[in-house]
Amino acid sequence: MSNLAAESPTLADFGTDVWWIIVIKVVGIFALLVALTLFAILFERKVVGRMQQRIGPNRVGPRGGLQSLADGLKLAFKEDIMPALADKPIYFLAPVIAAVPAFLAFSVIPIGPIVSIFGERTPLQLTDLPVGVLIVLACSAMGVYGIVLAGWASGSTYPLLGSLRSAAQMISYEIAMGLSIVAVFLYAGTMSTSGIVEAQESGSEVSAFGLNFDGPGWYAVVLPVSFIIYCIAVVGETNRAPFDLPEAESELVGGFHTEYSSLKFALFYLAEYINMVTVSALAATLFLGGWRAPWPISIWDGANSGWWPVLWFIGKVILGLFVFTWLRATLPRMRYDQFMRFGWKVLVPVALLWILVVATMRVLSREYDFNAGDIALYVGIPVLVLVMAVVWLWPDKAPDPTVKEGVPPTTRGAFPTPPLDLVVPPSPPLIKRDAVAAGKRGGGKRA
Amino acid sequence: MSGYLTVGALLVVGIALIAGAGALNSMLSPSRGGGGGGLTTYESGVDPVGEGWAQSQIRYYVYAFLYVVLAVEAVFLFPWATIFGDPGFGTTALVEMGVFVGLLALVLLYVWRKRVLIWT
Repeated sequence: MSNLAAESPTLADFGTDVWWIIVIKVVGIFALLVALTLFAILFERKVVGRMQQRIGPNRVGPRGGLQSLADGLKLAFKEDIMPALADKPIYFLAPVIAAVPAFLAFSVIPIGPIVSIFGERTPLQLTDLPVGVLIVLACSAMGVYGIVLAGWASGSTYPLLGSLRSAAQMISYEIAMGLSIVAVFLYAGTMSTSGIVEAQESGSEVSAFGLNFDGPGWYAVVLPVSFIIYCIAVVGETNRAPFDLPEAESELVGGFHTEYSSLKFALFYLAEYINMVTVSALAATLFLGGWRAPWPISIWDGANSGWWPVLWFIGKVILGLFVFTWLRATLPRMRYDQFMRFGWKVLVPVALLWILVVATMRVLSREYDFNAGDIALYVGIPVLVLVMAVVWLWPDKAPDPTVKEGVPPTTRGAFPTPPLDLVVPPSPPLIKRDAVAAGKRGGGKRA
Repeated sequence: MSGYLTVGALLVVGIALIAGAGALNSMLSPSRGGGGGGLTTYESGVDPVGEGWAQSQIRYYVYAFLYVVLAVEAVFLFPWATIFGDPGFGTTALVEMGVFVGLLALVLLYVWRKRVLIWT
């Protein structure tokens, strides 16, 4: 165990790398991200294909394995169109602003423990900062500038609408995402990503029903509400189905990137998929134990040392990508008002309440010597039962009338055109004019 | 500090990579100059009418305010959560943050009651 503890890096282990180690890590991050993006696109198409009972891409390369690479190369040979109405400098900058922060966010994601690269001992993470997670949040917020500016600079109606939707979406879901992470900081006592991974190494001892056992260390288990809010919020944050309103093709043509082509379009595409990879990696780091092996594998002593953790980490990222794909394949796109209502009236209040509940639990267990397990049992379960009872027993609202039911019945059944016997109420100016005319005829009574 | 420099290095490499890809793209891609209306605004094949700019309602400023209120709240919550486990912080810190969060929850409740959080 002492051997394993020595493997996990602390903040002091960062910033001491020689320059060629940094070069190797930077190149490694770009290679990993591009490889994961190419994989994610193919993986998504294959999985969606399976879920829709078809095969998916199978022409380019063995079993279609080179499809996304071929698509990327094809885009480089496409004509780069600069629309006549576009604001040229910003139109040019927007895809760069979208893509660069996507890369940048990965600089603080821990991929593995301390390893030896050509004799140099170094953590498998480009760098770490005391405010590590905030870098990721800042990068995801910067990426939206790219989308908003792209829509604005295109000089076209649909991209503008798409980018405005994106801004609204950001505003709603970034708050929920930020608030969901607060509880993780509460437990870990640090904002550095490597510190958070280390804090999830082992859970505190839990006693329930008179039994003592090691509680789970993963924050997804310790803080389930945070995990759920985070998962929902990042789907909105990355503009993915069912929250892909900024590029709803049935309403907005292509959304914010309608006017983009060639490499600029490829950059938006790249940014979207890298963002998916990044938020999956952050979910793994904050909630799923980071690069540490999941339970059955962690029984093996060597699981958390050397280069093996990279495998567990990539596995957790691919799990996240699978969930993204799964959501896209099974859920219809939400309506705009449903989406905003859910963000402001459900996610944000629940996240605020949860922070206070978690902090109160911490204080109770620390200062007043309550056992966290006892609190969870004697308070948590009754509250859960109460909430579920309320949800189930709450009287159903009468369903809104459909458009057809809302139209007054006509003998002709002429829906959806105006019925032939439609009686239009006379317009107020006409009533006034007729009244005046009638008054004149009736004897010239002047006011 | 060197940690931030490393992040900066990644930023520079990222921009350089995209610039390189752009240069490659401009060499590889054809340039037809958009003859035949290729540079007009795309509206699914229909000739575009008017342009994207229109007047919109000023009421959207409320959402901007709301965002600022809650984003700043989150920013204050981060450092508080980080040091909350340290010795010397307990009930007092909890109650103080409870008052702060409660006050901002009141903001949310107010705009809710004012029927701002309605989208049609």
